[in-house]
Amino acid sequence: MRPVYTVSGGVSKFTKARPDKTYQAVVKEAYDYAIEDISLTFRQFNELVDGSVASYFSDHFTRQLMAAIMAQDYLGLCPKPSHRCEGGGATGGICFQEAWKAVASGYMDICVAYGFETMSHVETWKGNEFIAHASDVSFDYPVGGFYSGYYAIMVTRHMKEFGTTLEQLATVSVKNHANAFHNPYAQKRQRLTLQDVRDAPMVAWPLTRLDICVMSDGAAATILCSEEGLAKLEAAGAQVRRPLVKVTGIGRGTDAMRMADRPHQSYDDFLKHNLLPHEDTADTRSYYRHLWDRGFRYPGVHSFRAGRMGSREAYKNAGISDPLHEIDFVELHDAYTSSEIQTYEDMGLCRYGEGGGFAVSGKAFVPGIDYGLDLPAEPVCPVNPSGGLIACGHPVGATGLMQAVFALWQLQDTVGLHFGDDTLQLNRPKRGAIHSHAGTGTYVTVSIMEREE
Amino acid sequence: MTDTNSDAKQPETLGGFVVHNLPFPNHLDANTLELLKDMAPVQIEQTYCITYLHSYAQDSPFFAGLTNRVFLGNRDPETGYTYATPRGHDMTTGNRNDWVVFPNEGTIHAFTVCHFGSEEFLPQCPFILILVQFEGADTLFLSRLIGVEPEDASLDWIGMKVKARYLRNAKLKPTDVYFVPAE
Repeated sequence: MRPVYTVSGGVSKFTKARPDKTYQAVVKEAYDYAIEDISLTFRQFNELVDGSVASYFSDHFTRQLMAAIMAQDYLGLCPKPSHRCEGGGATGGICFQEAWKAVASGYMDICVAYGFETMSHVETWKGNEFIAHASDVSFDYPVGGFYSGYYAIMVTRHMKEFGTTLEQLATVSVKNHANAFHNPYAQKRQRLTLQDVRDAPMVAWPLTRLDICVMSDGAAATILCSEEGLAKLEAAGAQVRRPLVKVTGIGRGTDAMRMADRPHQSYDDFLKHNLLPHEDTADTRSYYRHLWDRGFRYPGVHSFRAGRMGSREAYKNAGISDPLHEIDFVELHDAYTSSEIQTYEDMGLCRYGEGGGFAVSGKAFVPGIDYGLDLPAEPVCPVNPSGGLIACGHPVGATGLMQAVFALWQLQDTVGLHFGDDTLQLNRPKRGAIHSHAGTGTYVTVSIMEREE
Repeated sequence: MTDTNSDAKQPETLGGFVVHNLPFPNHLDANTLELLKDMAPVQIEQTYCITYLHSYAQDSPFFAGLTNRVFLGNRDPETGYTYATPRGHDMTTGNRNDWVVFPNEGTIHAFTVCHFGSEEFLPQCPFILILVQFEGADTLFLSRLIGVEPEDASLDWIGMKVKARYLRNAKLKPTDVYFVPAE
């Protein structure tokens, strides 16, 4: 595999509804922004780009099969090669990785990944029904198909198993909404208190409306290229920012569609298959032994094995041995406050069972922002500095690509330029991780992006 | 003093009058054609519905069992790995699984109370979803719990013994079985 760089990106404003434009035209907003950011014209870039990968989740929302080809032709990319990828909530993350593969393999020198979702064409409860069809239609959906319900089931087990508290969940919501207050692309820019989160209408006990991401219309696009592709872009006059941002590792994991089918592995199998290298210490083995002695089984319904395996593979490829201290920020798939806490553990930012404590420690917060919380520790690895899905919105096919674009801007030190507000710009981060997640943890992608020195 | 809420909103719904004409410039010239670029969008309602002939295929005996008040699961004949939610073939060995009769009692592994949901289930809110754990089974079963107050949701429900009940008039859905507290 050869080196792959992410050189530019664009995101449409995520919002409840975009009746002013078709989804193709919303994709073009993000696409045009990415092209303009490297100072090329539409014609120049379209001559150079070798092809694309498109992502959107649901044919139901658009009521249009093969919707991606309509974006492809609207962008003037026909007859160049392309395909649509789909993997539930991880669709955007998968798209990013498929574009990476196209370039890393030598198939393309320049590849654009674009994604979108138009969720506003149906009412929220119908949208929930569409999304719930991404659960087993024989055994899950007919029982009361509702993703917020599925995640609430998981968190009750997490709370019972580990003592995770409602306040810890609410802290994630306060953090991500406060971050998004400084992100003009975000759908919900709010300063909240823990009490606001708990006082919001109950959706699925114990998750309230402010524990859960909203449906959105939106699009995102990012341009990936090889060294040869970079040379072609620059020969045509592209102004590609330095230092470059390289994709240094990708990883992907899967798990059974039905939560009920998740295995309850033994301690030995967990150590053999799922332990992260930095956890392989006497202290942590003893910690996990104690959990097993208390009845903990992995992954159960409280943990995402796919997220752990995706992280493990990505870390191995990128040479990361201590994720909390070697990754400068993470944009992760917080469709629910609870899933952010679960994902801290899957990604090894803390051990399984310690996610709730990690959430309120302060380590995952952005420096310099007043959250109105009493945080005992200094920030170490900000999580969702953009505001994440909970505050930015979750137009499914665009979300994983939105993460890639926001991570790129962090690594380029251009958050202030793109947001018109540099509050969220971290202090010269060198390495970021993006994490995209589907279903109840069925597909999970983790990609590592690094600034080249 | 009366409590007030300046953020109160009427719930949004579709429907309304049928419109047979739309505003449009009476005269088309360069200026009015240019103004069309800023025209507000026309939005229409479209209905789409379809009936599927869905087969339960190799899982069919499970549903036939429910209509006869029997809860069936699957078991790998080689390893004994036991599935509380039917699965035709084992995930590890690839073997065709056997059918086994499950007990009518289990415990709650995890749960939620849905106060909102998908369109199909909105009239049933609030309803309780549980994952049931059976003695000797390696996987769980998603079902409904009744017989407790949704407003009393508590982590103490986890571990509660529950027993299966069956609909007299089966609907050939997994909800033909549901659970109630065993004690």
